[in-house]
Amino acid sequence: MKETPLSNCERRFLLRAIEEKKRLDGRQTYDYRNIRISFGTDYGCCIVELGKTRVLGQVSCELVSPKLNRATEGILFFNLELSQMAAPAFEPGRQSDLLVKLNRLLERCLRNSKCIDTESLCVVAGEKVWQIRVDLHLLNHDGNIIDAASIAAIVALCHFRRPDVSVQGEEVTLYTPEERDPVPLSIHHMPICISFAFFQQGTYLLVDPNEREERVMDGLLVIAMNKHREICTIQSSGGIMLLKDQVLRCSKIAGVKVAEITDLIQKALENDQKVRKEGGKFGFAESIANQRITAFKMEKASVDTSNIEEKAEEIIAEAEPPPEVVSKPVLWTPGTAQIGDGIENSWGDLEDSEKEEEEGGIDEAVILDDTKMDTGGVSDIGNQGAPIVLSDSEEEEMIILEPDKNPKKIRAQTTNAKEKAPSKSQVKRRKKKRTAN
Amino acid sequence: MEIAKRADAELGAGTAAEPGPRSPGCSLRHFACEQNLLSRPDGSASFLQGDTSVLAGVYGPAEVKVSKEIFNKATLEVILRPKIGLPGVAEKSRERLIRNTCEAVVLGALHPRTSITVVLQVVSDAGSLLACCLNAACMALVDAGVPMRALFCGVSCALDSDGNLVLGPTTKQEKEARAILTFALDSVEQKLLMSNTKGLYSDAELQQCLAAAQDLSPGFGQLG
Repeated sequence: MKETPLSNCERRFLLRAIEEKKRLDGRQTYDYRNIRISFGTDYGCCIVELGKTRVLGQVSCELVSPKLNRATEGILFFNLELSQMAAPAFEPGRQSDLLVKLNRLLERCLRNSKCIDTESLCVVAGEKVWQIRVDLHLLNHDGNIIDAASIAAIVALCHFRRPDVSVQGEEVTLYTPEERDPVPLSIHHMPICISFAFFQQGTYLLVDPNEREERVMDGLLVIAMNKHREICTIQSSGGIMLLKDQVLRCSKIAGVKVAEITDLIQKALENDQKVRKEGGKFGFAESIANQRITAFKMEKASVDTSNIEEKAEEIIAEAEPPPEVVSKPVLWTPGTAQIGDGIENSWGDLEDSEKEEEEGGIDEAVILDDTKMDTGGVSDIGNQGAPIVLSDSEEEEMIILEPDKNPKKIRAQTTNAKEKAPSKSQVKRRKKKRTAN
Repeated sequence: MEIAKRADAELGAGTAAEPGPRSPGCSLRHFACEQNLLSRPDGSASFLQGDTSVLAGVYGPAEVKVSKEIFNKATLEVILRPKIGLPGVAEKSRERLIRNTCEAVVLGALHPRTSITVVLQVVSDAGSLLACCLNAACMALVDAGVPMRALFCGVSCALDSDGNLVLGPTTKQEKEARAILTFALDSVEQKLLMSNTKGLYSDAELQQCLAAAQDLSPGFGQLG
């Protein structure tokens, strides 16, 4: 679906409001929207909500051979997908620019900053290393995808547990989660992207733009930073020209924001760990609010299945016996056989001949000698209207050439089969024979 | 569509089940549903069955590409995305099953030359995935206000080697089962809309599973 265009008056309204330091949702210039982090039952699964923007993150791991030039390092793989439910404009093949930009930014932020210790992912140098795969899915687009995605990625990585491995000389043992508790990844620091939107050629600045604000912005500055105030990645797009002190000011703001967000992430991770240890309920089911009109929960319920056996037996007793579906092949001549009857010709009934009700039998089982050909069924066809010649095909008669017999008009032996216009079925059957040969 | 739901909805006969000779009283894992949780799609729903969770978003009736338009009814499209990796053949076949079910209930003739898109995202998979997808799709279509002639629900059951029936099997139960059957039943008369089975079973067992699923279906129907 095409993107709904933004009307001029909406654009002007947003820009005027920004000039007066007002945002549509009532936030201040440097305010972030509410961030909500929820975890699933599997390790490494989380959903991050930044206002209404929602991202699902999942981390998985696999043992693979390492890259040739990095034989002692594990492999990291990031993939952000813009799901079609996130916005009507996200169709496969339509979003490549945005997708490439976001994926590249995410990779630079997480891979190049070396936040994950890849050396610790090595199992057997040169042979087996862990490949960590981070899949992010954007579920709802309300602006600032990159921030939400980077938070989801780092939270999922911190939450993930990989299976334990032990190496003793030549032997490598991989333990299942039941045998030994899975171990967390070794993460040095948590880089988080902070976005700044610029308006009116850099005069006005907003942190965490929502979707409407993104539509009218001139340019975007993304700074990825960790809580130790180290810049991991910085990217300015949109062609706006920024002054040096503007960029420095943004980085200071980013430092403050990152500290807040990192605190929030730590708290969420600790909460989840506590709940899991104490054996409480965890997972997405817990994050569905109670007492809400749009939500419904139901605990484990037992189902009475005592009478289903009787019911089933009743149904089977009343039902007709299943039709003889496997039809034996009909041998026309040595080398030419026919199995079954084919589907009904869907080229349209120009005139409906009366259709008999199918009783189930498709082809009578006809057992033939090799030399003789059975033609006895010609008269078996019941109510037959006058043969209706409908097809324009030149070959209307089905002729089977045989060395010692006269060519005859043959119809397939069908007992109570659906009536079709004879010529049509002949044409059809001939086609089948050709393919069979 | 937001309707107040009562927490005491009964599933068939909710009282203590008398175990039958071959199928002891089985229990369904706890399930939950939330509607209208995403702001961009016209309708959205999240359906959780035990640990399996699917999020569905519906856009429609909306503009359709000329190549895909049907002159007298709406074009229904279902997209299922797995959580890890790229979608493969299994997803395509599930999409087809869900699409056929939806086409049977959605009144497409009321919106010709439009498209109704159902996007499903697997949030976590712990067994009974197809049934959960069907339920999420139905709830999302309801939330979007797409006209339908009936609601439908997905029920999954597994038959283990002893012939015991398990409703809403977990991944472990599915792996050890002899056969897994998934049905889509409509809410009006509990008629069968779609069935997808895998494994070996007799026709008596098929009818039993179907009867058990039909007992459950009115309970699901109360969600809508």
